[in-house]
Amino acid sequence: MAGQGSLRLSRKSDDVVVLEKDLSTEQMVLSMGPQHPSTHGVLRLECLTDGEIITEAEPYLGYLHRCFEKHCEHVDYPAIVPYTDRMDYLAGINSEMAYCVAVEKLLDVEIPRRVEFIRVIVSELNRIASHLVAIGTYAIDLGAFTPFLFCFRDREHILNMLEWATGARMLYNYIWVGGLAYDVPAGFNERVLEFVNYFRPKALELQQLLTENEIFVKRTKGVGIMPADVAINYGWSGPMLRGSGVQWDLRRNDPYSIYPELDFAVPVPDGKLSVVGDCLSRHLVRALEIEESLKIIEQCIDKMPGTEGFNPRAAVPKRVRPKAGEVYGRAENPRGELGFYIQSDGKSTSPLRCKARSSCFVNLSAMKDLSRGQLIPDLVAIIGSLDIVLGEVDR
Amino acid sequence: MIHSALPQFSMPLLMGNSLNAWSDALAGFSPAGLPVGLLIIAAIPLVFIALYALTYGVYGERKISAFMQDRLGPMEVGKWGILQTLADILKLLQKEDIVPTSADKFLFVIGPGVLFVGSFLAFAVLPFSPAFIGANLNVGLFFAIGIVSLEVVGILAAGWGSNNKWSLYGAVRSVAQIVSYEIPAAIALLCGAMMAGTLDMQQITIQQSGPLGFAHFFLFQSPIAWLPFLIYFIASLAEVNRAPFDIPEAESELVAGYFTEYSGMKFAVIFLAEYGSMFMVSAIISIVFLGGWNSPLPNIGPLALNDMTTGPVWGAFWIISKGFFFIFIQMWLRWTLPRLRVDQLMYLCWKVLTPFAFVSFVLTAIWEIYVP
Repeated sequence: MAGQGSLRLSRKSDDVVVLEKDLSTEQMVLSMGPQHPSTHGVLRLECLTDGEIITEAEPYLGYLHRCFEKHCEHVDYPAIVPYTDRMDYLAGINSEMAYCVAVEKLLDVEIPRRVEFIRVIVSELNRIASHLVAIGTYAIDLGAFTPFLFCFRDREHILNMLEWATGARMLYNYIWVGGLAYDVPAGFNERVLEFVNYFRPKALELQQLLTENEIFVKRTKGVGIMPADVAINYGWSGPMLRGSGVQWDLRRNDPYSIYPELDFAVPVPDGKLSVVGDCLSRHLVRALEIEESLKIIEQCIDKMPGTEGFNPRAAVPKRVRPKAGEVYGRAENPRGELGFYIQSDGKSTSPLRCKARSSCFVNLSAMKDLSRGQLIPDLVAIIGSLDIVLGEVDR
Repeated sequence: MIHSALPQFSMPLLMGNSLNAWSDALAGFSPAGLPVGLLIIAAIPLVFIALYALTYGVYGERKISAFMQDRLGPMEVGKWGILQTLADILKLLQKEDIVPTSADKFLFVIGPGVLFVGSFLAFAVLPFSPAFIGANLNVGLFFAIGIVSLEVVGILAAGWGSNNKWSLYGAVRSVAQIVSYEIPAAIALLCGAMMAGTLDMQQITIQQSGPLGFAHFFLFQSPIAWLPFLIYFIASLAEVNRAPFDIPEAESELVAGYFTEYSGMKFAVIFLAEYGSMFMVSAIISIVFLGGWNSPLPNIGPLALNDMTTGPVWGAFWIISKGFFFIFIQMWLRWTLPRLRVDQLMYLCWKVLTPFAFVSFVLTAIWEIYVP
């Protein structure tokens, strides 16, 4: 750490010259991760630090690389769905949704309306669960432990419901190309409504405990500011981009499924509580989106068609063999735009090429810029606000 | 003694005096000229400290955090998990005692020891009851303030000796924090010393005795005493590295701070020192501002609650209860608040607490001189 110290001459007066020795400091390389509590998985940051200040942070990826895209070229279209679950494992259903939207676009199939409603309900439930993890772990990053457990307590209810509907807690394989694995169980809608009513006051409690906390605001306000134009240039999407004040939500701007029929707001920070583009804005966007998701769920349950003559697998093709061509389908994930670019040669039952555009990966690309000149605690706050899932970054 | 005048009050209210009688009898127990009884009485607080710090501080922390987080906490070992900490200690004792190959072995080994000594030496001057004080120094308060600084040496030795960058960060942060927060803490305690006119811990406590119970406590003796009280409480949180000032160990930033590399019993010793310090600062704040071993209950007419709840054993009961109360608040804060950033911590110390500590110092001086 301590270097030799540099010598320098300083002139006290005309004939007195003093030889001074500085206590010089060297920069220290600090390897943060891949096993670090707040890198949210196996991200590794090689930081060049000057005391507590980070002069440069270089993210290293690939510790969780599983060759998703190569696998896709060797399995059938429907068999890729479980792989997408394992990308963003906190929002498996949303990933399935994005993939199925892309393949269905390529196949050009008509989806039963009830299937669309169920898809939206489960994916919004999963979005809430995912945002709860994001908020809870963000609280832990800033040293508050209790909100994390409050979030996980409520997430548990969602996971129980999803388990009831899909048979799994994290890796669902529920949304199939052209339909669903199963219809929702009888009484599912009532239980979802019960949860919505239970959860509203809990969300308020969480807000009072965390978002209105003086120390929390001090730690996040004005930290890691990302201007809107830079965010767009980086290709940011989702709550990250909305945190910078850009009202961009694929459910609105490039609608898929039944989202055009639903009434919900796209929250962006107004700059009153937070500085637009800082960590607090991104946190607020997530907190507000939970409320919007609850609204969507209520509307879906209200408008959902009945079960008469309903077969969730009615439109599921026996063998998926799309015409030769290519498609880019995308959906709004809790972490931003998850897109699948799929190329079909028209003969094979597996894609010629399947490229996933991962929101976390794109959002993480700004890490180097955001971390320059920050303190170590702020770096932790910034990584937390990016809300990355390494399963999706590395794929 | 007033109890003879109230024969109709049975056990609960007479407890105080029967306890006193019991302890007096024990103190007089000296077979073959050896003061065995006195030794037993002297050992009670020390046994309490060890038991408390080893087991029930940790157990309480886990149960209180569980209560605040809608959980049950430890439930498996013993009824309601009361033996959980003993099981943990047994586990830690069996663990391999790892010293990293590149660590500075000497510093690495003495670090936890120094930390432990710094934390537990201050117990010597804490008056646990009118009859028990380890060392009745006439500069007891000064000693307590000074000896806490020894912890810094232990933390720095542990952090530097670990030869781990995260540990070093933790140690450097910790030294900056503890050294800074000692200033407002010491000035706030001086306000109490000024009100008492002495640095003798036992004398400070005795001056807060009286038939009106809590009304004699320094906190209620002057209209500005709440200011040094609050300042010392906040600063003491920082001195013992508790949330929201736990930046030296900040688990989400620095993995575990200065004790990242420690395992087994050395880790347990560091933990023990932390819980010991928690109780120590809680005891100091109760002695200086809340009357130490004095009963907070006032004498109301014929109901002489204060007299009944005063005595050596009752004294220990009161100071331990007050200490536990502050420990509960420390835990409550820890499980509620996020952590401050390093610069915010220093801002709070130098720009908020220290000026206010000086203000309270001057105001207390004025109050003590001009208001009899």
